[in-house]
Amino acid sequence: MLLNLSEDQQFFRETTDRFLTEQVPPDTLRGLRHDPVGYDPAYWRRGAELGWTSLLVREEDGGGTISDSGLADAGLVAYEFGRHAAPGPLAVVNVVAAALSAHAAAPDVLAGLLSGEAIATWCAPPFGSRRWQPNVEASRSGTDLVLRGEAQIVESAGQADHLLVTCRDQSGTGVTQVLVPTTTPGVTTTPMQTVDLTRRFGIVTFDEAKVPASAVVGHAGEAAAQVHRQFEQLIVLLNAESVGAMQTAFDMTVEWAFDRYSFGRPLASYQALKHRFADMFMWLESSHATSDAACAAVAAGDPDAAELVSAAKAYIGEYGAELVQDCTQMHGGIGVTFEHDLHLFLRRVTVNRALAGTPAEHHQRITAFIEAREGAAA
Amino acid sequence: MSALRVETSEELESLEEFRQRARSFIRANLRQVSPEELRWERNSNDDEAELATIKRDREIQRMLFDAGLAGICFPREYGGQGLSYGHQKVLNEEFAGYEYPLRVQIPTLSPCAAVILEFGTEEQKLRHLPAILKGEELWMQFLSEPSGGSDVAGALTTAVRDGEQWILNGSKVWTSGAWWSDWGLCLARTNWDQPKHRGLTVFMLPIHQPNVEVHRIEMNNGSREFCQEFMTDVVVPDTDRVGAVDEGWTVGTRWMFHERMLYNSSFVTEPVGLSHGSQDAKIVYDIALAHGRLDDATVRGNIGEARMLELVVNQLAERVAEGIRSGRMSDQAAGLVRLFKGTSVSRVVTLALNTAGSSGAAWAEGDTAAMTAINFLMRQAGSIGGGTTEMARNVISERVLGMPRERRLDKDVPFRDVPRSPSATT
Repeated sequence: MLLNLSEDQQFFRETTDRFLTEQVPPDTLRGLRHDPVGYDPAYWRRGAELGWTSLLVREEDGGGTISDSGLADAGLVAYEFGRHAAPGPLAVVNVVAAALSAHAAAPDVLAGLLSGEAIATWCAPPFGSRRWQPNVEASRSGTDLVLRGEAQIVESAGQADHLLVTCRDQSGTGVTQVLVPTTTPGVTTTPMQTVDLTRRFGIVTFDEAKVPASAVVGHAGEAAAQVHRQFEQLIVLLNAESVGAMQTAFDMTVEWAFDRYSFGRPLASYQALKHRFADMFMWLESSHATSDAACAAVAAGDPDAAELVSAAKAYIGEYGAELVQDCTQMHGGIGVTFEHDLHLFLRRVTVNRALAGTPAEHHQRITAFIEAREGAAA
Repeated sequence: MSALRVETSEELESLEEFRQRARSFIRANLRQVSPEELRWERNSNDDEAELATIKRDREIQRMLFDAGLAGICFPREYGGQGLSYGHQKVLNEEFAGYEYPLRVQIPTLSPCAAVILEFGTEEQKLRHLPAILKGEELWMQFLSEPSGGSDVAGALTTAVRDGEQWILNGSKVWTSGAWWSDWGLCLARTNWDQPKHRGLTVFMLPIHQPNVEVHRIEMNNGSREFCQEFMTDVVVPDTDRVGAVDEGWTVGTRWMFHERMLYNSSFVTEPVGLSHGSQDAKIVYDIALAHGRLDDATVRGNIGEARMLELVVNQLAERVAEGIRSGRMSDQAAGLVRLFKGTSVSRVVTLALNTAGSSGAAWAEGDTAAMTAINFLMRQAGSIGGGTTEMARNVISERVLGMPRERRLDKDVPFRDVPRSPSATT
């Protein structure tokens, strides 16, 4: 999280923190373990009222930001989500809302997302280190589009009212995005299993699902740049959330190190452990730094934004999980029980590590950027 | 820090005007250099070439001084520009891809000049700071001693008062380039009856004088950059004392701070795009390209990981510098950057070795991977020099996270009674 927040940002962050502290304490999260939705819709609506889904939406579409960077503001909410391991499809709803607003598409759906009455999610193409290729194909039948194929690991697929589907366009080499109601005939969702207690993922199958031309978001065949933007926004929010989870796990473990005595001394007095805390703190602060730097680069549209996003995703993916595992080690046996809160955060960083590209995939993606740069220079 | 902070006022040259001024000077007067050339220069082991580079560095520094581009954050009365850290960052951007006076930066401008600016008398500042900014004086840190690397405050070099002067005896080590430098900033013990930290004093002394013998140390990679000095009855006038007698650790604490902050210092020029430390992450890519391994997924992972570490260390350094400047982090948080740098340089060197394949064992002349195994021999240097990573971990856990300090046998006892060898403890 940014070191120096404006007063408005600070107030916004604190409001979110207070709300999540009251609404979703760890016992509530444990209680949602077998809930098919994973969150209480009334909680989500109240969150939307606090502005959770409006920050990447233009003012004329009913959105608004706290600072001059809506992405940084949304990152603050994601950070608090991580700190509390909070439920709700925060990142994907924001990404879809931003896409609809950017293309002035489906204002009624966008209004539903802003009020929290509706949920939309993104059927993203599988992430690749060099390129991505959607597994859903769009073809034409008259003026309608017909979708065939499958999207996996779609967050809140079973709960969503609308799907933003990234499709390979059969009419050419381009990419087309369409907004599809989940009630459309030919659209089915199958739940997937995950380690997060409150997040739900699904497989969405499109079997000759027909939508009108008006469902296209942006221009048919020209959505590739928009899809890149969506990946960047998604990763920025996932990173901020992971950093929040790391922060809580670390804070809990520092406190534990002072309170827990063995051999007549607090854990915090052993140099062997102190040095590991120093490493953990370095990983944590580095994760804050790289998360914020990537967010700022995306928000500003910097030419190196994509590379910074991959660096941040790879770093936080790797060291976020290592940090929470080390926190678990410091706790000893209690750290691997369901009763303890630590696993709530381990679950969050574990899932985020694997979503939208693993550390290894992002390392390789960075290499592709270096090659492009060096190739251009040669 | 407050004494050093340059207040931003409306009278300051705007960043854009400054950028234009810096840009036209650099493009008109300096040579463009490739990262490969800089890499070679840093690894150069040829004394004549080294001396020629130093001569050129001094020349460039003088040109910068005359052009009003030296000492961006040093006050105008001492020959600096009285500008802000923002101006320094602009200068770093404009220097990208051009020759710059590398050997004037560290340790001359910081920590040495930074310490003089903070603790020197008016007369000392007027005498040395303009000379430093003109490239006339290159400084070295007479800090580490053979008897203890990380335990800097345990210095055994002794200064004894003799009227209006001091007589120094002892040995300092790990001064890089003392053989071509002019002045040393020296931490010495002036009181053996006080506890360790309360009997130290800082002095300045010319290196090239009969009573200072400079030996060059050969490192395991063949480099002869580091030196050891032997001081025998070196006479230092009291007017060359920095800070109060026996209060050298007050100076030393800030000295260490400047040392840990080198990579985000407002006193140091470092062109953007240069990596910190001996190993540039792009070498991993260069090796892979030259060896035709760019289609190997593991190799591609190595390249990307190295670049990631290079990006993140800079981002962390920015965050910590901002945290310290805004008072949200203690000065001690600088240890985070030091720790990251040490561990990440090690990792990048290993990634280069992994990418080099069998060229890590033996290589033909002209192999891009030629330095890889040699750099691997020196890999830990980045985790040792400037305070070990173990010391940084102590500082972070104890001084930043507030964890209990290690038990010490050198506190609250006269320094002469502190054990210094096995025999002393039995």
